[in-house]
Amino acid sequence: MPSQAMLRVQRLTKTYRTAAGPLTVLHEASFELEAGASIAVVGPSGSGKTTLLGLCAGLDRATAGSVELAGERLDSLDEDARARVRNESVGFVFQNFQLIPTLTALENVLVPLELRGERGCEPEGRALLERVGLTARSDHYPVQLSGGEQQRVALARAFINRPKILFCDEPTGDLDGDTAASMTELIFGLNRERGTTLVLVTHNFELAGRCQRILRLRNGAVASDERNLAVP
Amino acid sequence: MNFILNMAWRDSRASRRRLLLYSLSVVLGIAALVSIGSFSANVRGAIQAEAKGLLGADLFVTSPAPLGPPVIAYLGALGGEVAREQMFSSMMTFPEANRLRLVQVHAVEGAFPFYGRFETDPAGASGRLRSGGAVAVLEPTLLAQFGVRIGDRVKLGRTLFTVVGALRKVPGESPGVAMMAPRAYIPMASLAGTGLSGGEALARYRAMVRLPAVRDPDGIVLDMKARFPSVRLSFETVEERKRNLGQALERLDAFLSLVGFVALILGGIGVSSALHAYIREKIATVAVLRCLGASARQSFAVYVVQGLALGLAGACAGGVLGVAVQMGLPALVRGMLPIDVSFFVSWPALLRGTGAGVVICLLFSLLPLLAVRRIPPLAALRSAVAERAAVEPDPLRLAIAAAIAAAVAGFAIWQTGKVYVGLGFAGMLGLGFGVLLGLAHAVAWAARRFVPKGLPYVVRQGFANLHRPNNRTVLLLLSLGLGTFLVLTLFLVRTTLLREIQGSGAAGRPNLIFFDIQDDQIDPLERAAAAAGSPVVERAPIVTMRIRSIRGMTVEKIQAEKGVRIPDWALRREYRSTFRGRLSQTERVVQGAFSGRADPGAGPVPVSVEEGLAREMQLHLGDEIDWDVQGLPVRTRVGSIRAVEWRRMEPNFFVVFPEGVLEGAPKTYVAAMLAASPADSARVQRAVVEQFPNVSAIDLALVVETLDGIFSKVAFAVQFMALFTVATGLVVLAGAVLTGRRQRIRETVLLRTLGATRRQVALIQLVEYAVLGIQAAVVGGLLAVAGNALLARYVFHMAATASAWQIGAAVAAVTSLAVATGFAAGRGVMDHPPLEILRQET
Repeated sequence: MPSQAMLRVQRLTKTYRTAAGPLTVLHEASFELEAGASIAVVGPSGSGKTTLLGLCAGLDRATAGSVELAGERLDSLDEDARARVRNESVGFVFQNFQLIPTLTALENVLVPLELRGERGCEPEGRALLERVGLTARSDHYPVQLSGGEQQRVALARAFINRPKILFCDEPTGDLDGDTAASMTELIFGLNRERGTTLVLVTHNFELAGRCQRILRLRNGAVASDERNLAVP
Repeated sequence: MNFILNMAWRDSRASRRRLLLYSLSVVLGIAALVSIGSFSANVRGAIQAEAKGLLGADLFVTSPAPLGPPVIAYLGALGGEVAREQMFSSMMTFPEANRLRLVQVHAVEGAFPFYGRFETDPAGASGRLRSGGAVAVLEPTLLAQFGVRIGDRVKLGRTLFTVVGALRKVPGESPGVAMMAPRAYIPMASLAGTGLSGGEALARYRAMVRLPAVRDPDGIVLDMKARFPSVRLSFETVEERKRNLGQALERLDAFLSLVGFVALILGGIGVSSALHAYIREKIATVAVLRCLGASARQSFAVYVVQGLALGLAGACAGGVLGVAVQMGLPALVRGMLPIDVSFFVSWPALLRGTGAGVVICLLFSLLPLLAVRRIPPLAALRSAVAERAAVEPDPLRLAIAAAIAAAVAGFAIWQTGKVYVGLGFAGMLGLGFGVLLGLAHAVAWAARRFVPKGLPYVVRQGFANLHRPNNRTVLLLLSLGLGTFLVLTLFLVRTTLLREIQGSGAAGRPNLIFFDIQDDQIDPLERAAAAAGSPVVERAPIVTMRIRSIRGMTVEKIQAEKGVRIPDWALRREYRSTFRGRLSQTERVVQGAFSGRADPGAGPVPVSVEEGLAREMQLHLGDEIDWDVQGLPVRTRVGSIRAVEWRRMEPNFFVVFPEGVLEGAPKTYVAAMLAASPADSARVQRAVVEQFPNVSAIDLALVVETLDGIFSKVAFAVQFMALFTVATGLVVLAGAVLTGRRQRIRETVLLRTLGATRRQVALIQLVEYAVLGIQAAVVGGLLAVAGNALLARYVFHMAATASAWQIGAAVAAVTSLAVATGFAAGRGVMDHPPLEILRQET
C-alpha cells in the first residue's frame, strides 16, 4: 500500500550548473521505504550518496522527480514548510557531529523542541543523554567532549523530537573502531526502541550490513536495491 | 520568539567579548554626537538664561565717529541709563619688560554693565576702573606675555597706568575678538592725559543703553535710523545678539555633528565588516539549525537580535562616554564662549545620538546578516553550497544600501535643516568612500602584480595579506585613511596659511608697519627709524574719503535701486586711499593704464581700483566715481584696474590716486620697514612710540603668532572631532584583527609546526600591520595633500604648502598606531602551543 511508505523517491534527479556545463550528480533514482524499515545507501565517493540523502531529507530541491516523506510531497513545499517537516518528522546524525559549539550538550539536544516552542522539556533531554550514557556531561560544551561523546549527543538530539525517520550521514566515519561499534549499537538500539525509519549513508559495509536493505549507487544512478537477508 | 532570544543569547556565549569590541566601533561616533548635541543644548540654555548679560545692556549704538550731541540727547531722553565707551588701537609700553604691543584701548565711562558682571581678577578691579584715575585692567594674555603683575605700571601715550586687574569677562564682548589686539580698559576721564586723541586707527564710539521696561529696543533702532540717516550708526539688541549667537552655534553644532557622524559611519562599516567575518563562522551553526527545523526567518532573527543588542550596547556605552566628554568640554572651550555654561544632560541630544547610533549600527549589521537567510540546510552536509549561496545577488542588500544612503542624507538634512546640504553631504561622503574604495582595490591589485618574488618570505607574506581572501585592505583604508585625511588636512591647511604669511616677510620684504603717522611726523619718524637701525623702505599717505555717487547715481539711490547688488560695505565704507606716481611691488595693472600724475583741472581724475572691489562694485574702465574727500568733492574715473597681493605685508589700497590731486588733503601716513631681528624690531618700535605716542605698529611676528592662535582654536574643535574618527579607525582595526584571530592562530600554529620561530612569525605580523598602516596613512596623506591644495587654491587663493616632515610624521604615527593596535589585539596568538590548537581544530 502506497500510504504505508515513510519515504517514496521517484525518478529523482539533481543537476548542477557549472562553468563547464550542466553536471548531473543524481540520475532518476527511485525507491520506497516503509515505516520502521532501515536502508543503507552505499557507493564510492562521488556516486551521489550525500546528494540523495540531502534531497530525501528536504535539505535541497531536486531538479526533477519527487520525494514524499511521511506523506508529504517535499517538492511542492516551500523552504519554511520543509523546515516544519524536518522539525516534526526528521532526525539527523552527521559524520562531523555538527553540534552547535556555543551550546552545552543538553542545550544542543533540546534545540528541536525549543524550536517548536515547547517548554519544560529538559527532563526528556536529560533522559536521552542518560540513554546514550552522558548524564555527567550534560552541561559540557562540545569542545569539552571527545568525538564519540559528541556523536552520542548528536544522536540524542536526533531522537529528541521523536522523529519518524532518521537520516545518518557516515555516523561512525570520524570515530575509532570501539567507539564506532558502541555508536552503531546505540543507533540501531534507539531505532528499534522508537520504531524509527532509518536511512544511513555509509562506506562502512559492516554498518551497512546491519540494515534491512542496501541501496547501491554508482555514477549518480541506483545500481542495485537489495534486501539484506541477514537482517530480519 | 522565546527560541530566538534564547538562541541569540546562547549562541553569543563564546563571542560576547568579541561582539562587545565590535560595538566599540560605533561607541566613539555616538559619543561624539551625544557630547556635541548635549553641549550645544547647554550653550543654548545658557544663552536663554543669560540673555541680557550677553550684551550687558538693552541696546548698543556704535559709530566710527564720535556720537554727536543730538544722538546723546536722544539716548538720554529715553528714560533709562547711558554708559559710553571709546575704542581704538594704540601701542602700550611695558616698562618692566622693555617691550611694546598694539592693544585695543577701551576707555569706559558710566555704570556699564547694567546686566551681568564685569569680571576681573582680583574681583574689585572693575570698581576701581569706575572710580577713575590712571588705572588699567588688561587682557590676561598681556600679563602673561610681558610678565606683568598687579600693581605694575604700563604706559599708554604719555600716561603711566597702574594695572589693577586682569580681565576675565565683559558682557557684550567675546574674548575671541581680542586675539588680534588684546584689550586694555581704562577710565575715560584718564584718556585726555595720554595725549592720544582716541581717533586713532579702528576707532569706534559706543553708547550702551539700559532702557525702561516699557521701551522696545527694536522700535528705538527703527526710530533712530529714521532720525539720524546721515550719521553712520550701527545697533545691536539683546534679541539680535541671541539670534546671531544661536545661528553661529547651530552652524557649528551641525558641522561638528556631521564630522562626528563620519566617525559613526566608519564605525558602522567596521561593524559590518566584523559581522561579515562573524557570520562566516556561523554558517555551520545556521545550517544545523535549518536541518533541525528552524526557518530562514528564525535563523536570521537570531542574528538580528545579536546585531541589535550590539547596537544597543554601543549606544549605551556611547551615551555614557558622550556625557563624560561633554562634562570636559567647558574646560576645553573656556575663554572662547561669551557666557558661562552650566552642565546638564540634554535628553533629546542623548536620544538623538544614541538613536542615530542604533539605526546606523543596525543598518550596517543587516548587510552581512542578510546572508544568514541564504544559508541552506544542505551546508551541514556540504560547506561549499553556502559559498555558492553567498555570491548570488540579493535585492534586499540593495534595499539596505539605499536605506543607509537615505539615513545618512536624512541625518545631514536634520542637522543642517537644508535638503541640498544633506544630499550634498551624503553625496560627498559617498564620493569620498568611493575614492578610498577605488584606491584600496588599486593597492590590493598592485600588491598582487608588482611585489618582487625575490623579497624575503616574511615581506612577501606581509604584502600577500593585502590581497588574499578576507583581507582588511578596504576596511583599513576607509577607517584609518579617512581619519588620517581629516586630521592631516587641518594640519596642512594651518601650515599653508602660516607659511604664506611668514613668507610675506621673507627676502627683504617689510616686516614692521607703523600707521597713524601724522603729516608732520613722517619725516622725523623716518629719521628716528633710521637712527634705530631699521630704515623705512616704503611710505604711503592715507586720505580718508567716502563715495558720493557712481556713474552719476548717488549711493542712496543705488542702495534703493532694486536689482542692484552692490554690497553696503563697499558703498558706505570710509575709504583709506593713497596717491602715488607709480605702482608698488605688490601691484600689477590688469586693465587700462596706470596714471602717475594728474591735473585736477583737466576733467575726472584717473584712479586705479583694485580688481576685487571693481568686481563687487560692478565698475568698469571709464566709470565715474564722485568722492567726498573730507567735505570736498573730487570727481574721478576708473583709469585702471589692479591686481593686489594683499597677503604681502606692505601698504596696499583699494583705490590709488595719481599725484597732483590729494596732496593738500588732511592725511596720515603708513610706513613699512624691515627689522633685521626681533630685537631690532623692539628697539625701533620703542624709539618711534616714545617720540610719537599716537603712532601704532604691527609686527609681522605678532600677526603670525595671533593667526596661529586663532587657527589653533578654530582647528581644535574640528581636530577633536576628527580624533574620534581616528580612534574609531583603531577600534575597527582591533576588531578586524580579532575577527581574523582564529584564522591567524591556525596559520601561526601551522607555521610553527613547520618550524617557524616566534621571531619569524612576529616579523610576518609586523610587516603585515606596517604595510596596512603605511598604505592607510599614505592614502590618507595623499588625500590630505590634495584637500590642502584644493582649499589653498579655491578657498584661500594661495599656493599650497605641504610640509614633508608633517606628512612623514603622520605616516609614521598612523603606521605605529596600526602596528601597536594589531599586536595588542592579536597578542596571545603565539602563546598557544601548537598541539593545543590542533586538538581544538579537530
